[in-house]
Amino acid sequence: MIHPHSTYETLRQLADSWGLVLMTVSFLVLVLWPFRPGAKTRNDAAATMIFEDDDNG
Amino acid sequence: MDRILLRVGIWLSALLFAIVAVAQAADFGFAAQMVIVAIAALAGLVFALRGADYSAIANGIAPGPADQSRYYDDVIRWGVIATVFWGMAGFLAGLYIALELAFPLLNFTEYLNFGRLRPLHTSAVIFAFGGNALLCTSFYVVQRTCRARLAFPGLARFVFWGYQLFIVLAATGYLLGITQGKEYAEPEWYVDLFLTVVWVSYLIVFVGTLAKRSEPHIYVANWFYLSFILTVALLHLVNNINIPVSLFGSQSYPLFGGVQGALVQWWYGHNAVGFFLTAGFLAMMYYFVPKQAERPIYSYRLSIVHFWSLIFLYIWAGPHHLLYTALPEWAQTLGMVFSIMLWMPSWGGMINGLMTLNGAWDKLRTDPIMRMFVWSLAFYGMSTFEGPMMSIRSVNALSHYTDWTIGHVHSGALGWNGMVTFGALYYLAPRLWGRTRMYSLRMVNWHFWLATLGIVFYASSMWVAGITQGLMWREYGADGYLVNSFVETVAALHPMFILRAFGGLLYLTGAGIMTYNIWQTIAGNLRVEQPLGGPAFDPEKDRPLVPAAVAAE
Repeated sequence: MIHPHSTYETLRQLADSWGLVLMTVSFLVLVLWPFRPGAKTRNDAAATMIFEDDDNG
Repeated sequence: MDRILLRVGIWLSALLFAIVAVAQAADFGFAAQMVIVAIAALAGLVFALRGADYSAIANGIAPGPADQSRYYDDVIRWGVIATVFWGMAGFLAGLYIALELAFPLLNFTEYLNFGRLRPLHTSAVIFAFGGNALLCTSFYVVQRTCRARLAFPGLARFVFWGYQLFIVLAATGYLLGITQGKEYAEPEWYVDLFLTVVWVSYLIVFVGTLAKRSEPHIYVANWFYLSFILTVALLHLVNNINIPVSLFGSQSYPLFGGVQGALVQWWYGHNAVGFFLTAGFLAMMYYFVPKQAERPIYSYRLSIVHFWSLIFLYIWAGPHHLLYTALPEWAQTLGMVFSIMLWMPSWGGMINGLMTLNGAWDKLRTDPIMRMFVWSLAFYGMSTFEGPMMSIRSVNALSHYTDWTIGHVHSGALGWNGMVTFGALYYLAPRLWGRTRMYSLRMVNWHFWLATLGIVFYASSMWVAGITQGLMWREYGADGYLVNSFVETVAALHPMFILRAFGGLLYLTGAGIMTYNIWQTIAGNLRVEQPLGGPAFDPEKDRPLVPAAVAAE
């Protein structure tokens, strides 16, 4: 039986409802962010940045 | 002058405090540990007094600002030496405890028995060898990728020496029998508090350097380093909420008990693997592999996907250490499912690293340092495939509590963490000491093969041992009784234990060659040797074939 004031139950239900939604949405936004239009040049610049200039040992 | 007075004052109060703590100590172990603190404070006091430039003070010359056009590399140089030193100590301790298991006679004193040396070995290789490698490479990489001099060099020096003191306190504590009994979190409350101070200082130095960067974008390696620093801080704080028995005693009680305590411990334990041994070392991979290959990372997008997937998935995988326990069934399943999902970002990261060599695979033949990096990625892939598999309940029923787990951990630790660290050390040593190359590349090659062969002996013997153990433990006879007694399973493993120790000896020998090689590189010597690879060329033989004189018809 679910106790109405159980911290365990409250947290568990939060975890598998709104908590899960929030986690999934923020994960998708972060992962898809580098695939947004126009991000390719920025990604390439970031990847080659460690080789720029002569004084980059 | 005020600064010197302040520093001397701090060291003097630390020294006095340590002396009072020795006098008030509730147990012998605590007194011994405080003697070490007193010695460290005394050393700090001496250096603060002797290191000051008194003639400048007498002439009223204020110390000028640091040269911002130069990187601050002193701490990194010390870190390279500390990594090599603690690596040798940790590998040696590992070999000794492997021999203790094969030959119990070696447990001749309580200070050096398996139970005390085992945490010394794990802490020495993970936190001392791995931790120093992470400290020094993070300070190197964050400066180079931000194109800015390290922020707060004084604080960075404190981080380095404070971390060494943490290691010494932890290691001597284990030998004295001081432990809170949590795997990979054995140090007691006062060492935990001290490490917290050191770690927060580390975060300040790292973030401070990010803040003063000249590059607009923060390179992905720094994301991994930052997540490692932040998450380890969080894990360390939550898993070490203890109440000390006495303010001058070495014992404490944990706040969490029972299954909650177990879950917190393995949430800590597995994320120590995930964020200390994986995220931190991936940061090394994302800088050193492209630099050594002289090619940008295969896909920068994939590196970002790799990063966020690792962060979001790893944190839930801990419960797979508690399958078939009192932990709620759904939490066990959650841990298992997230562990299996982790396979994808792990392999994404491995592919990203390996494909960086696309079009430059010939470097594997001529560059043993590159070979080390590639091999470490291969082991990263293998152990991150094996781990999720072992977290499946039915596989875990066979593998849990057996040597299979030990074999798995070592294929990851020796293969992935060890090899990527060796590669980074070989990359750093000539650069930090201003040499054109390592003393000997052929010795790097020897190190590579000895380490590889050592891992093969280690992992294969532990697979056989683990599966033997698992099958023998669960074997029932027709009458419904267990067929094997525990001691029979131990006797069956004896040859495997000897093979494992042999693998460890090979790995230690390889590291010994590295120590000599780095030593000579620092000394400024270059070994005269035949370069690796490349087709043979002899200018004397480089001439046309002269036809023999043809007789006139």
